[in-house]
Amino acid sequence: MKILVVDDEQDVRTLFEQRFRREIRSGAFTFSFAYSGEEALDYLHDHSSEVVLILSDINMPGMSGLELLRHIRHQYNSPPPTPPQVMMITAYGDEASRQQALELGANDFLAKPVDFAALKEKLLHLTAHEN
Amino acid sequence: MEVNASILISVGLAAIVVRSMRKFLDLPIRTPHLSRLLGYFWVPGLILYLFSLLIHWKTDRLDEIYTLFLLAMVVGVLVRVQHYRPARTLLLAVVPYALYALIELLSGALSTGFLHEYRSLFSNSQGFATIWLVTFVLIARKQKKQLEAERVVREAEEKERREIAAQNAQLERLVAERTSSLTQQTEELQHALEELKTTQAQLIQAEKMASLGELTAGIAHEIQNPLNFVTNFSDVSAELVQELEEEQQRPDRDHELEAELLADLRQNLQKITHHGQRAASIVRGMLEHSRASTGERQPTDLNVLADEYLRLAYHGLRAKDKTFNATLNTHFDPSLVKINAVAQDLGRVLLNLFTNAFYAVQKRKEASPPDFAPTVSVATRQLPNGSVEVRVRDNGTGIPASVRQKIFQPFFTTKPTGEGTGLGLSLSYDIVTKAHGGTLEVESEEGQGTEFIITLPA
Repeated sequence: MKILVVDDEQDVRTLFEQRFRREIRSGAFTFSFAYSGEEALDYLHDHSSEVVLILSDINMPGMSGLELLRHIRHQYNSPPPTPPQVMMITAYGDEASRQQALELGANDFLAKPVDFAALKEKLLHLTAHEN
Repeated sequence: MEVNASILISVGLAAIVVRSMRKFLDLPIRTPHLSRLLGYFWVPGLILYLFSLLIHWKTDRLDEIYTLFLLAMVVGVLVRVQHYRPARTLLLAVVPYALYALIELLSGALSTGFLHEYRSLFSNSQGFATIWLVTFVLIARKQKKQLEAERVVREAEEKERREIAAQNAQLERLVAERTSSLTQQTEELQHALEELKTTQAQLIQAEKMASLGELTAGIAHEIQNPLNFVTNFSDVSAELVQELEEEQQRPDRDHELEAELLADLRQNLQKITHHGQRAASIVRGMLEHSRASTGERQPTDLNVLADEYLRLAYHGLRAKDKTFNATLNTHFDPSLVKINAVAQDLGRVLLNLFTNAFYAVQKRKEASPPDFAPTVSVATRQLPNGSVEVRVRDNGTGIPASVRQKIFQPFFTTKPTGEGTGLGLSLSYDIVTKAHGGTLEVESEEGQGTEFIITLPA
């Protein structure tokens, strides 16, 4: 399962790669990283069919995660083959943000700091469903 | 008998003389006692008359004796009041006549021949004495008038002098009053000035605290991220260590994997240090911002300062308005030299400019189509003359020309009541121009954006 992680913090890559090192090694997950909303859209433009799940930070300079979500839902809603799942991650884990994200079509909403154990559960669950 | 009665005419004359003298010499005032005594001028006349009646002495000498007495009385009075100049003149007038009268009486009494012998001379003398008398009486009168006039003038002067003295006293009193009221006013003004100074200091501190409030959310966010990394990298490192231990227990150890795990561990420890320091530096910055400025100048890298405060301002605003986003552009000149500056104060200036920029782009975004991209840029440049330049640019609402003149004035704000102190730009202007000898300029086009340009000497 291919997962695109969008965050302006570069170290997120290292963190994800270590947190999911077993899954990466086993080939269960493949991760791609984008450091801004714009970069994420570029990546999706080339790899839309591969990406199953997008994990995006909301607060980023330039295009915010919510704008990215709007673009994704606008551009990739009529799928080949299925639209990607989008999970929003934010430091501001209040209900208003959650509501806004869900209205814009987010599949899930996670608050920072990310509980990686829980995230892993969700991802494995998704994988199981996909299969 | 008829002859003796002529003394009564002399007494009447004497009454006129006494009355004139009293009036002319102001006797009732000058010598009241003598004046009263003069009132008995008729007594000797009466005595003489009665005496002559008693002894049946028929003579025209009686009249002359009384006249002589009268003259003596006049001379006596004049001598008595001789300090009065007209009196002396009168004395001079009367003496020859009195002498003449005396000689006439004596010569009449001693020998009649004497009179006959010098008849013409004597008659001339009488005329001379009379003319002398009249002349000097006139002179005395003139003198008296003159003295009167002088006295009037003197009295007028005296009155004037008294009035001036009174006026002086009045003026002195007014001056004293005015002085005391001025002193009081000065004290009040001094007091007010001190209160104002205190208030100013409080306002500056309040503004600082207000900007700290704006920073708080940004700081919280900024600290949260590195702390998350510290926690996550620690957690994951514990997992790595566990995996490494498990690997070591195996009979067929994968040395490559072990080396990879160790390399990851080393990298994670570096990340933990890095993010820990990042959080610490943010806390340090916050403490520095809230502390009263020491005014101490230190070599300051404006690239670092601008970057730090741009992020803080951005996250501060975003924490308040979660829907807000902006593109941040930074163009930092790598050749920028460090300048001697109070970093904390310049940080406040930058924070203020960034906060304003974000406010302006946010305002414009509210009234713009969704594709409007709010952008805030900061650029630094090393100038050929050694100065450094910082430009803070936004594509916000811009500043109308009518307002541009006022933006650096204290308490001027376009923000709604309670949102702005109106001190931000005013204090920034003071910090840049007064404290650092630089310039703070603004270029703006309404509806297009604003650029603030700070120039600071090296």
